[in-house]
Amino acid sequence: MFKIEKKEELSDLVTLFEIEAKDIAKKAKAGNFFVLKIHEEGERIPLTIADFDTERGTITTVFQKVGKTTHHLGTFNKDDYISDVIGPLGRHSHIEKFGKVVCVGGGVGIAPIYPIARALKEAGNTVISIIGARAKNLIFWEDKMRRVSDELIITTDDGSYGRKAVVTVPLDELLRENNDIQLIYAIGPAIMMKFVCKTTEKYNVKTIVSLNSIMVDATGMCGACRIEVGGKTQFACVDGPEFDGHKVDFDLLMSRQRMYIDEEKIALERYTV
Amino acid sequence: MEERKEDKKPKNRVKMREQDPLVRARNFMEVPYGYTPEEAIEEASRCLSCLNPSCTKGCPVAVDIPSFIKLIKEGKFIEAAWKIKEENALPAVCGRVCPQEIQCESLCILGKKGEPVAIGNLERFAADYETEKGEIQLPEKPKPTGRKIAIIGSGPGGLTCASDLIKSGHQVTLFEALHKPGGVLMYGIPEFRLPKAIVGKEVDYIKKLGVEVVVNAVIGKLYSVDELFNEYGSDACFIATGAGLPMFLGISGENLNGIYSANEFLTRANLMKAYLFPEYDTPIKRGKKVAVFGGGNVAMDAARVALRLGAEKVYLIYRRSEDEMPARKAENHHAHEEGIEFMLLTNPTRFIDDGKGNVCAVECIKMELGEPDQSGRKKPIPIQGSEFQIEIDVGIPALGTRSNPLLVSTLPDLKLNKRGYIMAEEETGMTSKLGVFAGGDIVTGSATVILAMGAGRKAAKAINEYLKWKYWDTSGFAKTE
Repeated sequence: MFKIEKKEELSDLVTLFEIEAKDIAKKAKAGNFFVLKIHEEGERIPLTIADFDTERGTITTVFQKVGKTTHHLGTFNKDDYISDVIGPLGRHSHIEKFGKVVCVGGGVGIAPIYPIARALKEAGNTVISIIGARAKNLIFWEDKMRRVSDELIITTDDGSYGRKAVVTVPLDELLRENNDIQLIYAIGPAIMMKFVCKTTEKYNVKTIVSLNSIMVDATGMCGACRIEVGGKTQFACVDGPEFDGHKVDFDLLMSRQRMYIDEEKIALERYTV
Repeated sequence: MEERKEDKKPKNRVKMREQDPLVRARNFMEVPYGYTPEEAIEEASRCLSCLNPSCTKGCPVAVDIPSFIKLIKEGKFIEAAWKIKEENALPAVCGRVCPQEIQCESLCILGKKGEPVAIGNLERFAADYETEKGEIQLPEKPKPTGRKIAIIGSGPGGLTCASDLIKSGHQVTLFEALHKPGGVLMYGIPEFRLPKAIVGKEVDYIKKLGVEVVVNAVIGKLYSVDELFNEYGSDACFIATGAGLPMFLGISGENLNGIYSANEFLTRANLMKAYLFPEYDTPIKRGKKVAVFGGGNVAMDAARVALRLGAEKVYLIYRRSEDEMPARKAENHHAHEEGIEFMLLTNPTRFIDDGKGNVCAVECIKMELGEPDQSGRKKPIPIQGSEFQIEIDVGIPALGTRSNPLLVSTLPDLKLNKRGYIMAEEETGMTSKLGVFAGGDIVTGSATVILAMGAGRKAAKAINEYLKWKYWDTSGFAKTE
């Protein structure tokens, strides 16, 4: 059993938990994820490790209420217990001094991009960050992102905060104006990552994305998370979750993410009624 | 009296009653009902109590078969269970899933003229009887040795090794990556063949013996093997992580929605209980027309699960003929009885998209058998121009597994063979890394529950020797590289 040490509502739909998981916190690195199962009848879902505190022995996760499990999880409070927490999983980010890098976080993807931006900054990179969401109330961690970025750009689809644009607009401008950008990191909805990659491809700048496929065991045993990278089947859980975005078949990823759309609806309706 | 009983010995074995095939094909309850005490006594009475019994030699964990059968004959059912447990910590499991026909029962003298004693059925009976009566007997606590052993993987190999070592007085910790212990017994073998409550009870027994079970512990990620030695103070370590990575066909359309590895399909159904969705949260596609590819036990399990999830048609597509099928005879028989349609000498060539990212058909090609290949079985050769399509909405490649690199890739000093499995001495499980033993599928590739248990037993013995002498010589297997 894993205790929730802190709960924070970042927006109507986005919740932050700090979960007591001493051993995971000790091993977690930027780019890792974990799996949780909230109760006996629960499903196993992967969530991002948005931060970790070795001293307090906690990991931080940020999730959006989308399906039954995340809605149910959202009702958990401080001092409640989650039945199973498994991690850290996946390969961690490869961090070195690249020079100038851009970190793009979209929606709830702002959370996992934060530890990567921080690690890149600590490694001596010049970090430009772009965070975006549909509207102002879905933007969070502006201050945290600002602290680890040399420059921070905020966008909203509806213009309620920052620039009225999708993240690819300022990204394109940055790439046009700076020919010394070495690397792009992009985490967010699959559709956003797809268009980020389309943008950066034009400038031939290497782009790393972190893929959020459906998973079960998340240790390579089942293959639920398989995706195609450069025409080859890969398992997001053990071969990733980070991949060279220019080689990822995003349409396949999005199609596979929708595999249980009917079942998800049934489960959610049953839960909310 | 004794003499006359012998005369009356029935010639045929007592059949275990089963659910009607057409009824059971639609539910997840266990297929055979188990013996009644009367049936068990009757079957046990067929045993000749050979002076020099062969059956025991066929058991990878050397259960004293004649003794436990004799106890059943005498109506001492609990004592029979205890007798089995002297050598086998998982009797209710083994009674159900061991391939007895090629092990103990194949050596039974009665088999020469008729049917061998139903050793598996009797083992199951005794184990279930004990559980039902709740008279679980724990062996006397051994004197603690102060030694610590870490076991990675709580499948049949890990559980057996743990129960042996705890009886030697060591402190044993069993690490499991999933949220429930039992490994393949939990995620792989379906409920109707091995009820999960039974696995749970066998694991509980091992916990009662004093083994500490740590779930949600992915070794290689959460803790390294070196940490198990240095920080947790283990004196030895046994790796029994199983095989793991599923193999796919490598044909186009294999990543369409509706295509599952057998591992995923079974894990969803068994471990996650997706067949109870939406009471359980994990979903699974309930295909109307399902094709399973492969001819092993796992393929049979997947096909039979698909049927129970409500499929109208389940095809078992296998590229060789029925003679070459690696599945246990009983599984094959059960699948036929339940109405699985066998399409033999048939190989899939591609999956077809319905235009929305879901599989809607599989194209197959007919095969014929040629000369024997490396496996000694006749090699299937495609018949040009014989392609045809079958409408399906779920496809399940059940082609076996490969070595999962998750743990071994973190151990550069552990020697692996060309296929990525751990090189370990067969008799001891000793690896190239000091203090590390390995056994089961992570050494041999996909095999059976009882072989993994046998490896666990051998490793436990070898670990005891190692703790005594601290002698490590791996020159023996290094040559076999």
